Amino acid sequence: MTVVNMAVVVAASSLALLTFASLYRAYAGPTAADRVVSINVITTKVTMLIVLLAVITGQNMFVDVALIYAMMGFIATVCVAKYIDRGELG
Amino acid sequence: MLSTILIVFFLATGLFFFLVGTVGLLRLPDAFTRMHATTKCDTLGEGLVLVALIIYFGPTLLSVKLFLIVVFVWLTNPTAAHIIAKAAYRNAEAEGTKLPEITELKE
Repeated sequence: MTVVNMAVVVAASSLALLTFASLYRAYAGPTAADRVVSINVITTKVTMLIVLLAVITGQNMFVDVALIYAMMGFIATVCVAKYIDRGELG
Repeated sequence: MLSTILIVFFLATGLFFFLVGTVGLLRLPDAFTRMHATTKCDTLGEGLVLVALIIYFGPTLLSVKLFLIVVFVWLTNPTAAHIIAKAAYRNAEAEGTKLPEITELKE
């Protein structure tokens, strides 16, 4: 195992821990906006985890998955924020 | 050797910003300040980790895809933050919280 592979594994595991830490804010956040902020940042972290998985497993198609996941996260955030703003998805 | 040092450096810096953003998300008092912390995760953290991986993969098609992720995230995350902030402002207004007057956000 090279130094780079070890660094990537360490980075991926600490990112997973940080993702669980920010899940607390999605659970406990006093307002809906706090929850949206938390889910947005969780999406970013999971995108990074998928990209790091591409390096760990050596399967390059995970990079495409990460690109699509980033797009879906953006759409989800915009939809929920609009729903909070207006009470409907018009 | 040089690329190893660069990769580890960029990964560590990106992880540092992710850590800072998460601590801010958990510790700061309201939605706006929390958003201020988490946008560091989205721009600097994600950008630096992806730069490390671009150096790792070298000049291939994969690096182009990773660069596309960087561009996409740097375009969409400010947009998302803007929309969330607007929604949070109007929501807090509706619940009666005292906030500074911003006439543009009241339609």
